[in-house]
Amino acid sequence: MTNLLVWPVLLSLAAALGTLIAPSNAARIATVAAALSLWSVLLLLSAVIAEGPQWLILGGWPQGLGIALHADPLSALFLLMSAAVCLAATIFARRYVEHSRYRSQFWPLWLLLQTAIYALLLAADLFNIYVTLELLGLSAVTLSALGGSRAAVQAAVNYLILGLLGSLLFLAGIALIYGRYASLDLQLLARVVEPGPSLWVAMALMTAGLVLKSALFPLHFWLPAVHANAPAPVSAVLSALVVKVAFYLIMRLWLDLFNPAVMSTAADLFGVFGALAIVWGSWQAMFTARLKLLAAYSSIAQLGYLFLFLSLVLVMPEGEDRQLLLGALVLFALSHGFAKSALFLAAGTVQQYAGHDRIAELRGVAGQLPLTFFSLGLAGVALIGLPPSGSFLAKWQLLSTTLLAGQWYWVAVVVVGSLMACVYMFRVLSVAFGEEGVATQRIHSRREELPTLALAVTATLILGLGGVWVWRVLDVGAAGGLG
Amino acid sequence: MSSTPLLYGLCAVALFAIGLLGAFLHSGLLTRLLAVNVSGSGVLLLFVVLAYQGAGQRPDPVPHALVLTGLVVAVSATALALMLGRWLQRPEQEPEPETEQDQE
Repeated sequence: MTNLLVWPVLLSLAAALGTLIAPSNAARIATVAAALSLWSVLLLLSAVIAEGPQWLILGGWPQGLGIALHADPLSALFLLMSAAVCLAATIFARRYVEHSRYRSQFWPLWLLLQTAIYALLLAADLFNIYVTLELLGLSAVTLSALGGSRAAVQAAVNYLILGLLGSLLFLAGIALIYGRYASLDLQLLARVVEPGPSLWVAMALMTAGLVLKSALFPLHFWLPAVHANAPAPVSAVLSALVVKVAFYLIMRLWLDLFNPAVMSTAADLFGVFGALAIVWGSWQAMFTARLKLLAAYSSIAQLGYLFLFLSLVLVMPEGEDRQLLLGALVLFALSHGFAKSALFLAAGTVQQYAGHDRIAELRGVAGQLPLTFFSLGLAGVALIGLPPSGSFLAKWQLLSTTLLAGQWYWVAVVVVGSLMACVYMFRVLSVAFGEEGVATQRIHSRREELPTLALAVTATLILGLGGVWVWRVLDVGAAGGLG
Repeated sequence: MSSTPLLYGLCAVALFAIGLLGAFLHSGLLTRLLAVNVSGSGVLLLFVVLAYQGAGQRPDPVPHALVLTGLVVAVSATALALMLGRWLQRPEQEPEPETEQDQE
């Protein structure tokens, strides 16, 4: 059953080529590929739960030489989120790009982006990770520029250059690790790394590169323009998945590879910058004029929570508490993935319907797009962290951990951040549920709003009520890790 | 002879640092793109140095394979950046009604 590992990557890649060969059927090919990828990921996840971590070394090379693929509970859960979000965004994109100028370029790039996401989550060696990071960056940059406006292209150029710098920092770190340990395989490396100057420098370089890509404050400055100006389905995937897989890599490297060399000061830095990101991102989201910018700034804040979680997990001794907090981290990441993609898709529907996404001028839109605003409200519940969302459970765990440890300052940050999230979500809702209506631009189909609703329901209800399942799945691999 | 790889290694680090500084300090697309490429050359040179295993010894082939991949990535990324740069040069097209983007 180890061949399951290649399917998500292979299906998306083959479909990307298929859309080039048969452009007139591109939307259908992409939908089928996304559905099949989700199916293969579900099979993979059940295999991981039943049999433990899955391995595949392509081409029959010995370990360390060939391209190895690896899935453990952590990567399988991220894969599941990615495949589900991609499927919903693909269905949404069918209508969204149907009449656009960039229709023919969109689908191959869209599928290549998915290929890169899946390949990155499955990669088991450092160089493979570097290559998939670059594939991800290049397809994400091109997709974000497709809107064609000057603002979008300028943002994409900036995104590209910074992304390249991030990758180069990462690659320089890989060079140091290879120079010291003569291996790139994560599993082999995890057994031999030991604290020392060369590992610390490599850690610093690789982490700096990934932090730039995952937009941690103060390296977030490229994100709002890119995410706010990209086509809506692209923004959804960029915000929900692309920045998050960079975070996933940081998590993977720090938990599995650098674990023996983790110093509490380094972990505290994640926490401090994460806290700053929460406050700064939420503050910007409270005052920005546009709905998509609001969603982008909210992403910066939500990524801040992830880094805060990570800093606490890193300094915790191995044991049940650490496993609980790690589960909360993953649950938070998944909830944000679904909620934020729902928010961006809703913003896309609003923008198509009203012709703009200026929050102040959206008075009464909720009456005409009830399903979209219902989804937006549900997504808001997850972004704020209200029950019964998945992020509520995660924040609850975070609060109880920090309270027990006497770290009241983190409690304050989480409470303030959640209140600010209330403010920015209710600002949108209160305007949209106002009285007077806006001029309608075109007739809207209910079906178009369904993917958004599905994502929002997943974030708020499914992950909230079924959150225990995430902890259980993670516990399958708790003993092993990468080793 | 053992100082030769060290010299190359220091050159690689210097190139990497120069490129990084250039990309962060300048704002023109071409300058930044060239800086990124200088920086990339530094990293790739570092891999070449790592492949050296002493005089008369066969070099380690793995870093060479990595450098080749790195070069391909660098060329593609540079091409993409130049294409985006040309998009910026052309006059602004009429935005489509349903995907109108406001300038912030």
